[in-house]
Amino acid sequence: MDTFIQLTIDALTLGSVYALIALGYTLVYGVLKLLNFAHGDVFMVGSFIGYGALQLLGGTANPKVPIWALLVLVTLAGMAGCAVLGVVIERFAYRPLRDAPRIAPLISALGVSFFLANSMQLLFGATPRNYDTFSLSNGALYLRGIDIGNVRLPLLRIITIGSAFVLMVLLWFLVNRTRTGKAMRATSFDREAAAMMGIDIDRVIVFTFVLGSALAGAAGVMFALRVPTQVSIGFVAGLKGFTAAVIGGIGSIPGAMAGGLILGFAESYAQGYISTKWSDLIVFSILIGFMIFRPQGLLGRADIRKV
Amino acid sequence: MSDSTPHSSPSSAPGPAVGKDEWVARHAEGRLLKGGRLGPVEDRIRAVSWWAWLLLFVAAMSLLPVFETSGYVRRVAFDTVLYMLLALGLNVVVGWGGLLDLGYVAFYGIGAYTYALLDSPKFGIHLPTLVSIPLVVIGGALVGLLLGLPSRRLTGDYLAIVTLFFLQLFQTLTTNGDNAFGHNITGGPNGILNIDPFHLFGHNLSVQHAGVFAVSYYYVALGVFAVVYVALRFVNLSRTGRAWRSLREDPLAAEVMGMPVSWLKLLSFSFGAAVAALTGTLFAALGASVFPLTFYFTLLITVYTMVILGGSGSMPGVVAGAIIIGPLLELLREPSKARFVFVIALVGGLFVAFRRSRLLGLVATATLVLGFVLHAIAGGLHGSWVAGEHAGGFAGAFAHWVIVPSHLASWIAPTSYLVLIAAALVLTLVRGHLRLVLLPPTLYLASFVWENVMLVKPEPTRYIVLGLILIALMILRPNGLLGERRVEIV
Repeated sequence: MDTFIQLTIDALTLGSVYALIALGYTLVYGVLKLLNFAHGDVFMVGSFIGYGALQLLGGTANPKVPIWALLVLVTLAGMAGCAVLGVVIERFAYRPLRDAPRIAPLISALGVSFFLANSMQLLFGATPRNYDTFSLSNGALYLRGIDIGNVRLPLLRIITIGSAFVLMVLLWFLVNRTRTGKAMRATSFDREAAAMMGIDIDRVIVFTFVLGSALAGAAGVMFALRVPTQVSIGFVAGLKGFTAAVIGGIGSIPGAMAGGLILGFAESYAQGYISTKWSDLIVFSILIGFMIFRPQGLLGRADIRKV
Repeated sequence: MSDSTPHSSPSSAPGPAVGKDEWVARHAEGRLLKGGRLGPVEDRIRAVSWWAWLLLFVAAMSLLPVFETSGYVRRVAFDTVLYMLLALGLNVVVGWGGLLDLGYVAFYGIGAYTYALLDSPKFGIHLPTLVSIPLVVIGGALVGLLLGLPSRRLTGDYLAIVTLFFLQLFQTLTTNGDNAFGHNITGGPNGILNIDPFHLFGHNLSVQHAGVFAVSYYYVALGVFAVVYVALRFVNLSRTGRAWRSLREDPLAAEVMGMPVSWLKLLSFSFGAAVAALTGTLFAALGASVFPLTFYFTLLITVYTMVILGGSGSMPGVVAGAIIIGPLLELLREPSKARFVFVIALVGGLFVAFRRSRLLGLVATATLVLGFVLHAIAGGLHGSWVAGEHAGGFAGAFAHWVIVPSHLASWIAPTSYLVLIAAALVLTLVRGHLRLVLLPPTLYLASFVWENVMLVKPEPTRYIVLGLILIALMILRPNGLLGERRVEIV
């Protein structure tokens, strides 16, 4: 039972990070019908920006600001940095290709991903960067928390999971309750019709990249709060977020959240009960299962082709 | 299309171009019927049939070991032939089938690993080479079919994710295969060692001959290349090849015309996989060992860059792409040669950007003067700012021009790199005089970054160059060097 609770906590943490990444994929796919391969690397850059911000604020050992402010500022720095990065990528790598054949922006995205990963490698090397959150007020974030049975749910996990869900609620509100969100939904439904209705498509797309990349930045910081970050995490994180988005139904926002959590649970339980080594295989089987039996994903709309 | 062209047919006479298709057709023809002095030459060249070109090419390639005795160069040549094969295979999937296969190098790995399992002391199996190679090729094709099956009805996007995950899975399986439920199958991160060399016509093809790279593998690889090229050429001309092209241009129309779209996609997928697997056997036999990390994202992007640079869909194109990118990656390994590449790229880029206008001279002079002035100022302010060693040879020309401090403060590298990227991006946005003014400082900054930041770390630099080539190609020339411009008919 204790193992189960522990694994569930892990699953929620992992799943919320995956969900945040998957949301970025899904948002961009919804509007541009483009799989943004560079998204995983934006996530990685976010974790590095967070690290930089943390160092500027004095590091975890003797921070210049209160702990809560430190966490908020670091996350905000990651989000803002990634938002800028996302806009730059969209402007220079994807916008010139908006009317090109479908495969062109995909390949450009591969190039961006490769460029980002290797640029970070060039500038910061392959050494892992540790946020070292344990030294924040003598490990309070790890030692304090809520007890569930014999298992302690540490404060840091609560913060991570909680803020991921807050971000998702915020996103839901933005997309469903604001004018810009309405424009986004319209664009994703039918770009040309939306343009004819007077929606500024370029603005909507830029906004989408801001949202998606900021979420990736937040996910990067949340990830790095627990585990040291390094340049090579971008590829696998992107792949998992991507899979989560596809499982949930690419283009669907609740789908991405559900897909992220499913993936988190699958991976966590597989690692806990079966083997750490073969969890990839299990996740892949789930993906293939979805491809065969429900290709539109859990909550996605079946693709209707108009001729 | 001037009137002096002897071939100008009535159909290409100037007239109102109604409809996109006609414009496309004429545009394609326009290349054939180029006027001026180069036109007839180009026509002559085009009149030479493809097999003559192939023969000439293979003959030229096979002469290389005669003139070049260095083992290193021969090895690079061998690797380039492998790249050519890989690019040909990927071209079937991407260029002809129009599918984004991101698991392509996994099939290369499957080929190498299967050969390693069939011909190594690992399980004591030593199949004859001429038996194991067909087995490997068929195995690769079958795995390709299996992987394609669940994705067969799906669009390119879903296929991309399934195949990319497949690549990751291949990585996990081979890395963890040293303890698959108690059995050691793949040797894990340590790979499989002591793989048998090829055994052909009663001879063992040894990898080394008197301490240098033996050319026998090079010739085997060239032979395989020629066979694969001819085979694929015939496939392309066949019914299936035509079907692939129609499928790529307009899947919907193809389907309506009664083509078995799913089956055709699967077929192109498994053709590519088979070629990759075949190449894998060569790799494994020559290297005598296989490790999981060889077959990963980096190699995938490398092969993609080759195909895209050469022009996906064109067989000579992707071969040219492999010939350019393969040695380029090798040149970038060594600072002195990498510097040479950089200078050529810079000058070439300027020539392309300005053609032959006087502005070119202006910009070049301004950049040179700027460099000398900045170098003099920096040297005058503090000796250590220009005291740094230029890594490698060919540095003389740069020694009094680019500032290379003896010690680089840790913030300089990221800052200058980011500023360079920002400047380059801004340059693409501004026009006219502003661009001219911004160009020399940007070029100088690029040289500074190249000397101080990038040459120091060749490994990421090589791949940054690949990434840049991919992005720039997609935006400037998506059809690559020799590919045909594809027009999507909406």
